[in-house]
Amino acid sequence: MESDVLVVDDSAAIRKILQRVLRQTGMPIRAIHEAGDGQEALDLLKSHPVDLVLTDINMPKMDGIQLLAAVKAAPQWRHIPVMMVTTEGGETRVAEAVRLGASGYVRKPFTADQIKEKLAGILKPAALQ
Amino acid sequence: MSLHELMVDLIRQSSANVFSTMLGVELEPGAAVIENGTPEANDGVVSFIGLAGAWIGTGSVSCSPTLACRICSAMLMVESTGVDEDVLDAVAELTNMIVGSIKNDLETHLGPLGLSLPTVVFGRNFRTKSAGTTEWTVVRFPWEQETLVVKLCLSPAEKSHANCHMMGQTCALDV
Repeated sequence: MESDVLVVDDSAAIRKILQRVLRQTGMPIRAIHEAGDGQEALDLLKSHPVDLVLTDINMPKMDGIQLLAAVKAAPQWRHIPVMMVTTEGGETRVAEAVRLGASGYVRKPFTADQIKEKLAGILKPAALQ
Repeated sequence: MSLHELMVDLIRQSSANVFSTMLGVELEPGAAVIENGTPEANDGVVSFIGLAGAWIGTGSVSCSPTLACRICSAMLMVESTGVDEDVLDAVAELTNMIVGSIKNDLETHLGPLGLSLPTVVFGRNFRTKSAGTTEWTVVRFPWEQETLVVKLCLSPAEKSHANCHMMGQTCALDV
């Protein structure tokens, strides 16, 4: 089954890199949606249900921790795996993300293999070739 | 080890790691100095990020337009020939990763620190100045006949509070 993925980062450069990495994973993808902050991501989720969210933490308007909390608080979205891809590596931030239900945490700078490895652990084996 | 020496080490490690991981470029160790006084004039791209907490400061990455285009080309795997939005965004994200990694390592010595969003400036013959800051730790990395400059300034927001964190003590919260 093909998946819809949402990539959330205020950096267009990182969104492009993550799109490229996602296409390389072998994961069957129908569409990759993009948002520049947490609020834009929530607005997009209302009209485009997705199967996976990759999000930065430090963003304007609404940060990734607030986005994660909002996704996990909504019954219609709480099943969606959310992976944090961020420069933030402080123990407090990581612990907060885990407590709120983040499925994975990758620190920037990242390699394509690190993203693929985390995704393999998050998604069902059938989702990855 | 002094704070300046620690910052030089962290700038070198972080810059090398970001370049190697995101750009596939092995950066040579850069020469480090302390800069005081009036900053020199810039031509090209400068990206800043603020640090805040018990210690406050700024991290910056600056380079020529040519180098900024090379960074964007290597990061996004596209041909960049002029400084456009993609190039500015790539330099901003590079700064975010370099200064963010430094911040994560500094937190073990200085306590929790926050990171602002990056701001990028592109132009000719401009000077930059952080209010109240006179001393910068500067590392100049040579890369293909050009120079990438990474700078960091840091000072205690409040001396007694910062000392508590440096000595690993818990401190009372001022209300």
